[in-house]
Amino acid sequence: MRESIIMKIHYGTALGAVVLVAVHILMRLSQKYSDSLQYQNVLANYHFLPYALMLEVVLILLSVHGFNGLRVILLELKQGATYERAINYGSIAAMAALVAYGSRTILMAGMGVS
Amino acid sequence: MATVSVPKSSEETTTQPSTITLRIKRSNPSESTEKTFSEFQVPVQKWTTVLEAILYVKQNLDHSVGVRYSCRQASCGSCGMKINGKPALACYTKLSELGTSIVTVEPMNNFPIIRDLAVNFEQLISNHKKIKPFIVREDSEITPGTKEFIQKPEDLEKFLQFSYCIKCGLCNSACPTMATDTSFLGPQALAQAFRYTADNRDQGKDERLKIVDDSHGIWRCHFAGSCSHVCPKGVDPAMAIQLLRGYLLGFRK
Repeated sequence: MRESIIMKIHYGTALGAVVLVAVHILMRLSQKYSDSLQYQNVLANYHFLPYALMLEVVLILLSVHGFNGLRVILLELKQGATYERAINYGSIAAMAALVAYGSRTILMAGMGVS
Repeated sequence: MATVSVPKSSEETTTQPSTITLRIKRSNPSESTEKTFSEFQVPVQKWTTVLEAILYVKQNLDHSVGVRYSCRQASCGSCGMKINGKPALACYTKLSELGTSIVTVEPMNNFPIIRDLAVNFEQLISNHKKIKPFIVREDSEITPGTKEFIQKPEDLEKFLQFSYCIKCGLCNSACPTMATDTSFLGPQALAQAFRYTADNRDQGKDERLKIVDDSHGIWRCHFAGSCSHVCPKGVDPAMAIQLLRGYLLGFRK
């Protein structure tokens, strides 16, 4: 993939994450802050499908942005064809693993499995 | 009306040459990895440049000091070096402007050292060549039946500032990305990529953008701005890089 496309995704995910994380934080203000962190209220968030979907999107945006950022830092740190290939594929694998693990958590909480 | 008067006496107008300590970083990687500083006492006048001080050392104190220079008027870009820690042209920096009695000169960062103050420009020149620093188009002004390529003053304004580059390498030396990413194209090459891409006579935009749109290309610039800060010709490579990014992000056509 061309670097410009990757960087457009990088900037896009950053903007998207800022908006959705702001929504996520503002949702805490819909009730008393300490109440928003009560076990039952947190579970209720996952049972509310639109909110669970938003959390899933936040997870994807932050994983893509974060791991691409890490990839860029590591590419600037050291150079070499083998190293760079390892960093590129390693970042994608780590990103996929984190999204899979986070999605599993969202899905299980949504289905009421603890 | 301006009045020009004769100097009163020679005693009042003649400034006594003061002396500064010139510290020159010495190394010769082809022989050893050792790096030392040699100190010299150099007499200076108000107008003495760092290059003149180095040449004084070469002529009178130690002829073995390795330094590259040519025009002595900030046109050739040969005498770039770190002066008191900051990349600058030795011929364009007056000792009196530095305001210190000890002046330290070192070879530029981010370049392999040949000897003492002389560094290897091979990568700078190869990166410069890589971005096709010329007008790319099929026809030419000398093809029969064609006319000269028209360029309005406003077209020239778009890139004129960036065409003042003398390839001295100071921008690459100051660039923090170049310090860690040895494959990075560098501010010099990227600024020149913009200079030719913005030229309305050029038709090589797509080719050139493909070259800079690399994992070690334009996106590795973090806009520290050090390149523009040290440029002796006011080229502003940091701005050129941001403008070039505009083409890749679709803000510029």
